[in-house]
Amino acid sequence: MSEAAAVKDTPIEHAHQGFLKTYIFSTDHKMIAKQFLLLGLVMLMLGGGLVMLLRWQLAYPDKPLPLIGISETYMETGETETAMDRYWDEQFSKPEKEQSWIATRMPAGVISPNFYNTLFTMHATIMIFFVVMPILVGCFGNFLIPLMIGTRDMAFPVLNMLSFWVAVVSGVIILIGFFVPGGHAATGWTAYPPLSADPTWTGVDWGQNLWCFSLIFLGISSMMGSINYITTIINMRAPGMTFMRLPLTIWSLFIVAILLLLALPVLTSALAMLLFDRMAGTSFFNASGGGDPLLWQHLFWFFGHPEVYVLILPAMGIGSEILSVFSRKPIFGYHAMVYAMVSIAGLGWIVWGHHMFQSGMNPALGTTFMISTMVIAVPSAIKTFNWLGTLWGGNIQFTVPMLNALAFVSMFVIGGLSGIYMASTPVDIFIHDTYYIVAHIHYVVFGGSLFGIFAAITFWFPKMFGRMLGSKLGKIHFWITFAAFNCTFFPMHILGVGGHMRRIANPLQYEFLQQFEGLNIFITMSAFTLGMAQLIFIFNVFYSMFKGKKAEDNPWKANTVEWTAATPPPHGNFAEIPTIYHGPYEYNAPGIDEDYLPQTSQATIATDGNGKQ
Amino acid sequence: MAKPAEEKADNLTIEKDVGQGLPPILDDDSFGNGNRSNGGDSDRPINSAVLAMLLFIGAEVMFFAGIIGAFIVLRFGANDWPPPGQPRLPVVVTGINTAILLLSGLTMFKTKRLLKDWHREKILHGLTITALLGALFLAVQGFEWTRLLGFGFTLSSNIYGTVFYTLIGCHALHVLGAVIWLTIVASRLRMNSPAYSANNHVGIKLSGMYWYLVVALWPVLYGLVYFN
Repeated sequence: MSEAAAVKDTPIEHAHQGFLKTYIFSTDHKMIAKQFLLLGLVMLMLGGGLVMLLRWQLAYPDKPLPLIGISETYMETGETETAMDRYWDEQFSKPEKEQSWIATRMPAGVISPNFYNTLFTMHATIMIFFVVMPILVGCFGNFLIPLMIGTRDMAFPVLNMLSFWVAVVSGVIILIGFFVPGGHAATGWTAYPPLSADPTWTGVDWGQNLWCFSLIFLGISSMMGSINYITTIINMRAPGMTFMRLPLTIWSLFIVAILLLLALPVLTSALAMLLFDRMAGTSFFNASGGGDPLLWQHLFWFFGHPEVYVLILPAMGIGSEILSVFSRKPIFGYHAMVYAMVSIAGLGWIVWGHHMFQSGMNPALGTTFMISTMVIAVPSAIKTFNWLGTLWGGNIQFTVPMLNALAFVSMFVIGGLSGIYMASTPVDIFIHDTYYIVAHIHYVVFGGSLFGIFAAITFWFPKMFGRMLGSKLGKIHFWITFAAFNCTFFPMHILGVGGHMRRIANPLQYEFLQQFEGLNIFITMSAFTLGMAQLIFIFNVFYSMFKGKKAEDNPWKANTVEWTAATPPPHGNFAEIPTIYHGPYEYNAPGIDEDYLPQTSQATIATDGNGKQ
Repeated sequence: MAKPAEEKADNLTIEKDVGQGLPPILDDDSFGNGNRSNGGDSDRPINSAVLAMLLFIGAEVMFFAGIIGAFIVLRFGANDWPPPGQPRLPVVVTGINTAILLLSGLTMFKTKRLLKDWHREKILHGLTITALLGALFLAVQGFEWTRLLGFGFTLSSNIYGTVFYTLIGCHALHVLGAVIWLTIVASRLRMNSPAYSANNHVGIKLSGMYWYLVVALWPVLYGLVYFN
């Protein structure tokens, strides 16, 4: 920084602000990040709870749920045994309209087929739009962008606050949907018409409408966030922070913001058309009125495939960050990593048809989409081999974030490889709409994104909250999650190859699926374990937030700029805007005594005279 | 003015010290140049608000790409276009209307060229004429719509009506938004609002950028929808 600038830039006096401005309507990017984190964690528990019900139904179809369902005695003899029996007895004596919320959805504790449809629809919707996006993009985008590029806040702090509160409105709308007559949306998170376009098919009326409204609001929130992220990264980098000195996390968030900015408006337009079909009597997606159901699929997946990369790219950036720190080595092939992310994002726009191989597409077009999809394996492989290259010969420290980052890499590879099978049209004809795709999506979104989230929360927790996250509980959580995750989702590949369709409430009604009853019970038990393990994580986060060990400024001895700020960073982040002298991954650099070299350090790296290290 | 300044004490301390050769930021324009709290980055390539506006226009274009894509799929998937028995769309009147909107683009262009030398009166004049031309465009559109509705041609009467009212209606809403925005900008300028000055007129520039978007979209929609 020049002398003049150093004098001019005074640290911000932290004027006392009231409770409302500090915690609720805050314009501080760090508080907004924490708000997004809270939103994501609450929704994570809800989305997880929904899937527990769903797994019960798949393992024990049409059996009453434990604890809240009717007892066996009541079923056999009609005599009430437990308190719940008496509750159900009372409910059944009422006319249907007066029955409680739970009785209309799970009569006698048995999940009704319609409610099952709601369960898988809302599980996916909540996990994708209200867990992974708010945490990876909302929370870590907000927290890390200003801190890692060395500035005081976002370019538009008020817009940032609005972005969060619009997301809350969207979340409230989606929650209201659970309580409207007719039930919540039940046509899958992809909401394919004609099923979704006409309330008479599903009996779901306002549930689906609110689903559309909620996602439109979320689109607006994301647009405000993306504009802010892109502007901030382009315009507000600290002196010396060139684009090629940006941490890979920031690169990934930058690319993701561009994807969100350009992909979500297309979804918004499709949702508006769907709402018109449902509420204004139009027939965009209704063939009998001159519309085309495939149109929705094109619009939805034109948004949907970039959206997939929105979910995984931030985890890739975060994973790269953490692997490098705990291998004490520079990231292998920094430039290749950046270009790989750019090309994944670019290719993501021309592959949407691979979701529609079975929808009746021109086979020639299918082949085009198959090839463009397979090309994505190249940049993905570049990233994977670079991660392995980073680990190779490194001084690996198995901290909790590192364990989660390693799980991210290995699980992402499995998910990526099963993706190649589905990209191939002949194979896809066989495994389309089976549990194989359920296995694939969960290896990518749970194994990839969610392990990325765990890695990110455990890694940046000290900077966010000023305290260390308990590492013992962290490790217990990690190992149970890792084992239970694989026990849950790996067998789904087998189910899929065995022809087990997804989105069916009762597999036992098909003779050829009865052989899978044992496997389904095993998956359900693993899923319950997986769900329980997340409670450890939630407990650990909230306990450590208040009772954890105080953290130092740079507990992991990392290079990036956020670790030079005070812990937790005050309003305005830095005492003085830092100047950047190095790339973000100079670990064990020649001529440097310590094994790390902060980006703000003025020390020079030894070279061999040719400019090479 | 004292009270808002107190409330914004936090922002003020950030902003007042870091101008570094850039025009000063006005307190009551929270969109303005954004929070230029970054001490070192005075040679940023582009004004933050202008960049944000460009990105927003990009998102808008993608929204229209969605509905135009839908129009193309539905129009070329149909056997008869327009379906038999439908009223003819008013090509000539709308053609004149197109000229009106394009003219408003030209007046906006001329107005924006006055910004640099800050001819306040002329700018106000130009903005008013642009907004009036936009309002005239909307009025003609509305008149034609009522005639079409009179023929029983509605949003839900068939797919032809659906795409017509969706595409043209979306555009009309955007023009309406742009006219309202221009009106606000023009009246603030008229009342000598401190938000705009010779050094800082980014707010006017942004409304002009948005105006270009709605003008540029129109010929595309006119060509697609009105010429069968």
